[in-house]
Amino acid sequence: MTQYLDFEKPLAEIEGKAEELRALARANEEMDIADEAAALDAKAAVMLSDLYKDLTPWRKCQVARHPDRPHCKDYIQTLFSEYTPLAGDRNFADDHSVMGGLARFNDQPVMVIGHEKGSDTKSRIERNFGMARPEGYRKAIRLMDMAGRFGLPVITLVDTPGAYPGKGAEERGQSEAIARSTEMCLRIGVPLVSVIIGEGGSGGAVAFATANRVAMLEHSVYSVISPEGCASILWKDAEKMREAAEALRLTAQDLHKLGVADRIISEPHGGAHRDRTATIEGVGRAIGDMLKDLTGKDRDALIKDRRQKFLDLGNKGLAA
Amino acid sequence: MNWITNYVRPRINSIFSRREMPENLWHKCKECGTMLFHRELSDNLNVCTNCDHHMAITPRERFTALFDGGVFTDVAVPEPKADPLQFRDQKKYPDRMKAAQKATGEKEAMLVARGEIGRTPIIAAAQDFSFMGGSMGMYVGNAIIAAAQEAVRLKRPLILFSAAGGARMQEGILSLMQMPRTTVAVEMLKEAGLPYIVVLTHPTTGGVTASYAMLGDVHISEPNALICFAGPRVIEQTIREKLPEGFQRAEYLLDHGMLDRVTKRTEMRDELITITRMLMNQPPAVRGDLPAPEPEAEATKAPVEKAPAKK
Repeated sequence: MTQYLDFEKPLAEIEGKAEELRALARANEEMDIADEAAALDAKAAVMLSDLYKDLTPWRKCQVARHPDRPHCKDYIQTLFSEYTPLAGDRNFADDHSVMGGLARFNDQPVMVIGHEKGSDTKSRIERNFGMARPEGYRKAIRLMDMAGRFGLPVITLVDTPGAYPGKGAEERGQSEAIARSTEMCLRIGVPLVSVIIGEGGSGGAVAFATANRVAMLEHSVYSVISPEGCASILWKDAEKMREAAEALRLTAQDLHKLGVADRIISEPHGGAHRDRTATIEGVGRAIGDMLKDLTGKDRDALIKDRRQKFLDLGNKGLAA
Repeated sequence: MNWITNYVRPRINSIFSRREMPENLWHKCKECGTMLFHRELSDNLNVCTNCDHHMAITPRERFTALFDGGVFTDVAVPEPKADPLQFRDQKKYPDRMKAAQKATGEKEAMLVARGEIGRTPIIAAAQDFSFMGGSMGMYVGNAIIAAAQEAVRLKRPLILFSAAGGARMQEGILSLMQMPRTTVAVEMLKEAGLPYIVVLTHPTTGGVTASYAMLGDVHISEPNALICFAGPRVIEQTIREKLPEGFQRAEYLLDHGMLDRVTKRTEMRDELITITRMLMNQPPAVRGDLPAPEPEAEATKAPVEKAPAKK
């Protein structure tokens, strides 16, 4: 059953009608509904491509957060073989909102790390909705460090509303953990490629996405603050999230112009959640391309490349 | 020229200006309510003489008190592209900038300087909370990179005083990108084997804490400074419970292993001299107020004015 977003309501009506007709036909074999159903389907298809042709930034945020969107776990299952999860930060706990471990990507051993949001109520709670605590970043630091020492490329999949704002998280040094994770990203002498697959939420995303190459899915977002948070601070009204999303320039398209995203991975018609397989394959191709770009570079060149990429940011503005 | 311009007008002016004087002469401590004479307060580095409450201090005032003889030279910061996103909320970003520049008399939220403390050459950077909440945008990122590069060039330690609400939302993703950019700056210092000392002042929060402010060799904080990633209000809304007294304050972080020391502002200079000299393998410093060092040969001195205490 498709979960419709608020702006997809007219589409939901048409698709619902077509479904009703088909259900009727199944109950009553003499009924011929083929033409009507096909007409409704065609109408729905046009509407879908119209809706997604020019998504506003706020709608993109909604699509990026869609519960049916493929998550880290789905990508790891499909794109990697011999995935061997590694757990724990060796200090305090294992954070289930960050998954990671050894795996093979096109037979090449790699380290894969990502935020996992969960796919139903139970797993969402277990995964803390993809909001990592310090242990999550410290696990990532440990895995990146290991990858660096064994010469394994690191692939990170970013999908988080942000780092978890909790009492324990603060006490155990949320800021320090994020800062060290960013630092480790900049230090490792192996290729580091990152894909923003859904939400790139602030510091929690930077901790994984300080990479040689950063790709973004077409309808993913990456921002310094959520539109709701920005609206409540600058507009003093969380309901102004549409305006805030507009002003923040958080879409993959704007971030590509600014040089933050190196490439955009296109999504199937109607968003990643409407064709998960095609989306995952597209991400796989992009990861392959980005890794290929970096092969042959030695340790120092990789570190220098990564530093320079970030030092250079900001030279490009957005044209009016 | 007649008696009106020479005599009457000055008298009238003095009557009006006199009325405004008392507000600036006395400052009420927010913590204990003591009325403090402005000169007394600024001589004590804006620390309440009664209850030790640490009030805000501008980077320039701080540097004047920090450097030998109050002499320091501004380090130039590369100018970033202005308003890169053409950001507009209820106000335009350039208008907010202009208002902040007018209110503070500074160009941006960070000041970088070179000079000597206890005859120890250092680079210092200080964030200005009164300038748009000290927020970290392209300029602050450039300032920290410039500070690190200058430190590496002159082989000096970097002492950074942080104070910020976090990233500057008006620069969107580019403000977020200052987290990796400033981390690169810290990496430059570490590679060059130079000490990086962070003095966390009230308040240091958000993306600033989650990047350069938490990557120092030594973390010192001023008493009772709020230091956190997520602010107390956000946490209370998330977990729906009251936070304990003193949560996310300097002493709390010291107890939780995030800081090396909590030090009063009035004792900070001596402590910084002691630590940097040891880390730089130099002999103990000569104590006490030192006169201004010999003028730098290659650079012109920044105008040093004894600014009156704000508020």
